[in-house]
Amino acid sequence: MGPLQKKHLIITGLIILAGIFPFINQNDYWLHILTLSFIWMIAVYGLNLLAGYTGYLSLAHAGFFAIGAYSLGLLTVKAGINYWAALVLSCVITSVIGFLIGLISLRTREHFFAIYTLCVGYVIYLVIDKWDSLTGGVRGLIGIPAPSNIGPLSFESTLSQYYLVLFFLLATIFVMYRIVHSLSGRTFIAIRNSEELAGTIGISTMKNKLVVFVLSTFFAGLAGALYASFIRFIGPDIGYTTVIFDLLTYLLVGGIGTLAGPVVGTMLIVSVSQSLQFLQDYRMLIFGPLLTLIIIFYPRGIVGFFSDWYRKRQSTKLQSQKKKQVKSNMDDEDLHEDRVKEG
Amino acid sequence: MLKLEGVSVKYGSFSAINSVDIEVEEGELVVLLGSNGAGKSTTFKAISGLEKPGEGDILFQGDSIRKKSPDRIVKAGIVQCAEGRELFSRMTVFENLIMGAYVHRKKKALVKKSLRNVYELFPILEEKKNQDAGSLSGGQQQMLAIGRALMTSPKLLMLDEPSIGLAPLVVEQMFEVIEHINKEGTTVLLAEQNANAALKIADRGYVFESGSVVVKGASSELFTNDAVRKAYIGA
Repeated sequence: MGPLQKKHLIITGLIILAGIFPFINQNDYWLHILTLSFIWMIAVYGLNLLAGYTGYLSLAHAGFFAIGAYSLGLLTVKAGINYWAALVLSCVITSVIGFLIGLISLRTREHFFAIYTLCVGYVIYLVIDKWDSLTGGVRGLIGIPAPSNIGPLSFESTLSQYYLVLFFLLATIFVMYRIVHSLSGRTFIAIRNSEELAGTIGISTMKNKLVVFVLSTFFAGLAGALYASFIRFIGPDIGYTTVIFDLLTYLLVGGIGTLAGPVVGTMLIVSVSQSLQFLQDYRMLIFGPLLTLIIIFYPRGIVGFFSDWYRKRQSTKLQSQKKKQVKSNMDDEDLHEDRVKEG
Repeated sequence: MLKLEGVSVKYGSFSAINSVDIEVEEGELVVLLGSNGAGKSTTFKAISGLEKPGEGDILFQGDSIRKKSPDRIVKAGIVQCAEGRELFSRMTVFENLIMGAYVHRKKKALVKKSLRNVYELFPILEEKKNQDAGSLSGGQQQMLAIGRALMTSPKLLMLDEPSIGLAPLVVEQMFEVIEHINKEGTTVLLAEQNANAALKIADRGYVFESGSVVVKGASSELFTNDAVRKAYIGA
C-alpha cells in the first residue's frame, strides 16, 4: 500500500468516526463540546491560511469571528431575515470588513502587522461592547434562532447541529486542501518564503495578500455565524483578545502551516482542557509550559513533527534499499563471472 | 532598450547610488563591475522596482518604469535573478520553475515551451525535478535560480553575482551558459566581481565605486584600462 492510499484510508476512517461518533457516545455534553471544537477548527483553518501559509500573523481574527456572530445574530433577531440568507450575508459582511481592514493593515509587516491587527481586534471588541443600541452591549444578544429547516431536515436538536457543523468543517478542509495544492497556494507560500523574491518573479504580493486576508476572514466569519446559531446567545467577550490567543494556541500546538494542524491542535487542547476542568484557571499553569516546550522543540507543531519524522524514515528506507540493490547487482556480476569461467 | 537617467536611491540618509546613467541596447551583454557595497545590487533593485529611486528616471523600451510595481515590471519583460541563489527551498525543482512562470500562468503552451528550454539548457534540473530545491548543490541551485528567471520569458535578464561562492569549474560553466542565453536573443545585464571572466563574455561594462559609475566602455577597453586591471583583475 502506497503512502497516499494509506493517507486516504486514515482520512476516510476519521470522517466515518466523526460520522458515527454520536451513536457510540450518546452523551449530549460531549456532542456539545465536539460541535464547539469543530466550529473553532473552521476559524483556525482561516487563521492558518493567513498566518501559516502566507506568513502574516493576524491577531484580529477573534474580532472577525465576533463580526460573523453578531451579523448573524442581528440579521435574524432584529431584521428577521431567513437563517440561511443571514448565514451567507454574515460571511459576506465579514469579508467586506476584512477587505477594508486588509487594505490598510497589509501595508505593515511581521510584528508590526501582528501589533496592528491586535489593535484592530480590540477596536472591534470595543465597538461591540459599547454600541449598546445595536449590539445590546454587555448584555449581549439573546434568542438567536437555530438554523431553519431545509425541507424535511430540522436543525433543532444538538445531534442535527453536530452534523451541520461537521458538514461545514469538511467543506472547509476540502477548500483548504484545494487552495494549498494549487498554484495560488504555492504563491502564498512563496510570499511567506520571501516577499521580495516573490515580487522579482512577477507575483503581485499586495493583491495575493489581500485575497488571503479576505478568505481567512470569510472562514472566521463563517465560524462566528455557526457559533451564534449553535450557542443561541452571544456577548462581546467572544471578540475579546483571549479568544484569538486560544485560536493561536490550537494552531501552534497542532502545527502552523500544515493541513491537519488545526484539527489535531483543537481536538487535543479542547479534550485536555475538558479533562483538567477540576483545576479551573490553574489549567493555564500546565498549558503555558507545555506550549513553550512545543514551540521550542517542534516549531511546526505536532503534525510538523510527525511529517518530518515520516520523511526521515522514508529517506533512510530508500537509502537502505539502494544499498541492497547495489549489493545484489554485484552478486549478479560475480555469478556472471563464474559462468564465464566455467564456459 | 533600457536606460537609466541620473538614478539615485537613498536608504535613509545614506545614498546607495548617486545619479547613475546606464544604457543597454537590445541583444547586448552588459556587465556592472564593482566591489561589495559599490551599488550594483541597489541598481538592480531600482530597475526591478523593489526600491523606488528618489531621483532620475528609468526607461524600458521607451516607457518609464520608475513608478511601476515589481510584478508589472516582470510582465513588461525584465526579470532579476537575485544574489545568493534565493529559492523556495521547501518546494521541488519543478515547482520552483513553475512559480517562475507565474506571469504566464494562463498560457499553458508557453509555460511548457519555456520548461523544455530550461531543461535543455540545464539537463540536471530535469533529472532532479522532483527533489526539494534545498537539497541541490550550490551550482545546481544557481542553475535553478537562472532557470526560474528564464521561465518568465524575459526580454532583459538581470543576474546579480551568479558566480558567487561557486567552484572555479562551475563558474566557467555558468559563464558559458550566460553567453549562450545572450546569443539566443535575451539581453543580459550582469553584476559581477569576477571581472576577468565577466569581461570575456560581455560587450560593454560599467565600473561602480561607492555608488557612482566611475569608468565605462567596451570590454576590450576596460580590459586594458590600468585602473580597472589593478582593482578588479589583479594583474
